[in-house]
Amino acid sequence: MSLLEIRNLSVSFGGPPVVDGLDLSLEAGEVLAVVGESGSGKSVSMLALMGLIDPPGRVSADALRFAGQDLLALTPRARRRIVGKDIAMVFQDPSSALNPSYTVGFQIEEVLRQHLGLRGKAARRRATELLERVEIPAAARRLDAYPHQLSGGMAQRVAIAMAIAGEPRLLIADEPTTALDVTIQAQIMALLLDLQREQDMALLLISHDLAVVAESARRVCVMYAGQAVELGTLPALFEAPAHPYSEALLAAIPQPGQTRLHSLPGMVPGRFDRPAGCLLAPRCPYAQPRCAERPALAPSRLGMVRCFFPLNQEAP
Amino acid sequence: MSIVLRARELTRHYPVSRGLLHRPALVRALNGVSFDLAAGRTLAVVGESGCGKSTLARALTLIEKPDAGSLEIAGRDALVHGRELRRDVQMVFQNPYASLNPRQKILDQLAEPLRNFTGFSRAERRERVLAMLERVGLRPEHAWRYPHMFSGGQRQRIAIARAMMPSPRVLVADEPTSALDVSIQAQVLNLFQDLQAEYATAYVFISHNLAVVRHLAHEVLVMYLGRAVESGPTERLYARPLHPYTRALLAATPSLHPAPQRQRIPLVGELPDPLNPPAGCAFHTRCPYATERCRAERPELRELDGRQVACHHAELLG
Repeated sequence: MSLLEIRNLSVSFGGPPVVDGLDLSLEAGEVLAVVGESGSGKSVSMLALMGLIDPPGRVSADALRFAGQDLLALTPRARRRIVGKDIAMVFQDPSSALNPSYTVGFQIEEVLRQHLGLRGKAARRRATELLERVEIPAAARRLDAYPHQLSGGMAQRVAIAMAIAGEPRLLIADEPTTALDVTIQAQIMALLLDLQREQDMALLLISHDLAVVAESARRVCVMYAGQAVELGTLPALFEAPAHPYSEALLAAIPQPGQTRLHSLPGMVPGRFDRPAGCLLAPRCPYAQPRCAERPALAPSRLGMVRCFFPLNQEAP
Repeated sequence: MSIVLRARELTRHYPVSRGLLHRPALVRALNGVSFDLAAGRTLAVVGESGCGKSTLARALTLIEKPDAGSLEIAGRDALVHGRELRRDVQMVFQNPYASLNPRQKILDQLAEPLRNFTGFSRAERRERVLAMLERVGLRPEHAWRYPHMFSGGQRQRIAIARAMMPSPRVLVADEPTSALDVSIQAQVLNLFQDLQAEYATAYVFISHNLAVVRHLAHEVLVMYLGRAVESGPTERLYARPLHPYTRALLAATPSLHPAPQRQRIPLVGELPDPLNPPAGCAFHTRCPYATERCRAERPELRELDGRQVACHHAELLG
């Protein structure tokens, strides 16, 4: 049984859905990446999983199961016992993820108090251990620091310490390194992957940076305009993408020796001007008359693809 | 090749107040940076946050006067003739949501540089704005719209168009694509290249994305705590970085096709406190090759293997 199973997840805020029929499953201890550009629905679908979409946002799904439990059937109270403990999240901007009015120690101890019932000295000790685990120098002293006294990289380490405080079985990291310098980015990714291996935790990495994904994930889901357009394993998917959009994303990244970058014309359609047929058709160099219909996600040579005319289907 | 931008020992220090009882401290944001840039060429400035990249951009665009050093634009001393040289240096900023005036139509924003710097009539200005909009891939009717009606990529095109309006000799771009999605980034990078081919503008391109830098730049200047640590032709630096910091930056950059046995030397620690920079080589606190000499004596930039490098042990790395 999968650790996480999402079937036909849709999220809407009135009008057309922002996430449209997403299927995703994740095994225990696996690293899965969800990639896509702004407006592809990758962050919103994870917020929906966390139960963080407030009305008027509406979440519907045929199944939203975590470790055998149906998350949608749980009372809000029971769901909060899972979220923050068994499923934890790290956000893009550490300076806004931490509360500026409380010390780092208080915020970590709050998680320990809520989810593990630790108090006083025991909580303090565990919080120190957690800061040490995320490689913060002089951890015991840093507990009394306020978020503004930390650099971006240190603040992100604190956010990770908070996320792993409940020993989660699934960690969702939403662009965890986008706001950081490249050297710090490498340190944070190495730390996340270390923790994932050490605690046998599943890691769901949301990113727009395909190179970061290439170095960390085994499986990847490419999203475009609210839908999953391709699912596959790495490095196979990056070597032979089946969906024209995956191909275009890869071609847009500068490679040594290239004089000109390939890029799709136009931009991702907003949710009010999505085409009736295949969502990519107006920008797709391979579009044909049949693309006026909506393709379904179907098995391809190496994974799943939502395209009538997938690329790279003959065995090499 | 004609040099359009010549910087020598540019220096900018900021006093930082530490309260009544202490003397103000000095942040040496820019500490003697020199380079030459020719027409139609691109110089990329790379380094972590706090290395002085943006201070350099502010000095080059005459937004702030350097405290010391000299700056020549098109052969004239920019510290004396600043006012007349302003049209020759234009800037594109990182965030196209903040750099366009939300209350002004695109037409007016693009015409303003012409109103300031040229004697064109209203009709001529309009004609030029429409031509430039088309040049950057927008439609003429866009001139009568406001910034909020555009996407991030389109806004950055508008910001580029505005910078190009007075036909500058130098364009300083501070992280111009880091707020954009990759496919939009590719479109904007192509636009930068097309404009340079057409107008022979010199670019100073500030970026932390080393893949983008390799794609666009002819030369690279690597900065650390206000100083250049290595500079030279792009391919030479990428093929064989000689400064340990350049090496670490390149090693930290993720690649789309990671080699299975790739050597990763993750840089330990973070940028030191700029109020209290380390003695000797500023990088020695994080450098895996640091020796006693590095802690005591600051390495000067020197010529080695076709580039400039400031490291006592550069030969060992090559």
